Amino acid sequence: MTQSSDTAHVEGQQHPIGIYFKIWGLLFVLSAGSYAVDYYHLESYLRWSLILIFMMLKAGLIVAFFMHMRWERLALIYAITLPPVLVLVFVALMTFEADYTLFTRGTFFSAAQ
Amino acid sequence: MTQSTLTDTGQSLARPDGVQGFVTDWSSDQRAFKNVPWGKAMMWIFLLSDTFIFSCFLLSYMTVRMSTTVEWPIPSEVFALSFGGEPIPLILIAIMTFILISSSGTMAMAVKFGYERNRRMSAILMLVTALFGASFVGMQAFEWTKLIVDEGVRPWANPMGAPQFGSVFFMVTGFHGFHVSIGVIFLFAIARKTWRGDYDRQAPGFFTSRKGSYESVEVMGLYWHFVDLVWVFIFAVFYLW
Repeated sequence: MTQSSDTAHVEGQQHPIGIYFKIWGLLFVLSAGSYAVDYYHLESYLRWSLILIFMMLKAGLIVAFFMHMRWERLALIYAITLPPVLVLVFVALMTFEADYTLFTRGTFFSAAQ
Repeated sequence: MTQSTLTDTGQSLARPDGVQGFVTDWSSDQRAFKNVPWGKAMMWIFLLSDTFIFSCFLLSYMTVRMSTTVEWPIPSEVFALSFGGEPIPLILIAIMTFILISSSGTMAMAVKFGYERNRRMSAILMLVTALFGASFVGMQAFEWTKLIVDEGVRPWANPMGAPQFGSVFFMVTGFHGFHVSIGVIFLFAIARKTWRGDYDRQAPGFFTSRKGSYESVEVMGLYWHFVDLVWVFIFAVFYLW
């Protein structure tokens, strides 16, 4: 499925239309899945793992196929997809921060309510 | 006497694939993104920066939600709608999600037809995309009206529970809706140029005077798919949490 690099500049990204229909269908199924998670009131770890898995799969399909990232050269793929991974560090930091804030609110401010 | 070095070997250099290609591309002269037109590379870099903006929004949402001692409203009840019978949970948001995914599908096909120089199909599909986008914004306006007028939610207060719910909701969905609105405007502009055949004639752009090409349709597509991408995350963490 790799395109020849020489013609790519002139021709751009060209792929059979069937791919887009398949991805479209998959995104519908995945969205219906995440809606079903809420509709059937799944709870706790099952709920969260399903929501996050569906979310990452949808995001991956959109970036890889609709935005053609799958057919780009590694130079662009790494430059664009690696920096957002660092956001996970931020997520970890803010999780600690939120827990700490909740702890102080519970400990020092609950009596005042 | 100085002599200039001949750097052009007269033939195109080999372009290896894989990790070696990554190293070669990044350590080569002038251009890191070899077969990517600069307009597209710049759109990707803009989207990367936009990713960080939305990440910060969603992270601040996560932080306030995890640290509040006041009860957070249940989104699937807040955003339920009834069509004459029992309220269906989160139905409006589900419809908005499907509409945005469909608009992404039509946009991807518009890009494909653009590169095939089928300008009419490309323009029609972009118009369909724009209409999907406009209906998405319309539903969002409906949702905002319902929350502001009927429920009395404000950015600083919320009768249903934690006041942070209001501020986060208006900020995140507002910023996303703004992106969709800008996208719709640009879709109309690009669809018009495509329909006129600007990209076939390589007509110079109004602001840039660059030669027109169907690359613009792909760059437009990247932006539009990104808007859909952000919605995937908002849907998961704001509405399903």
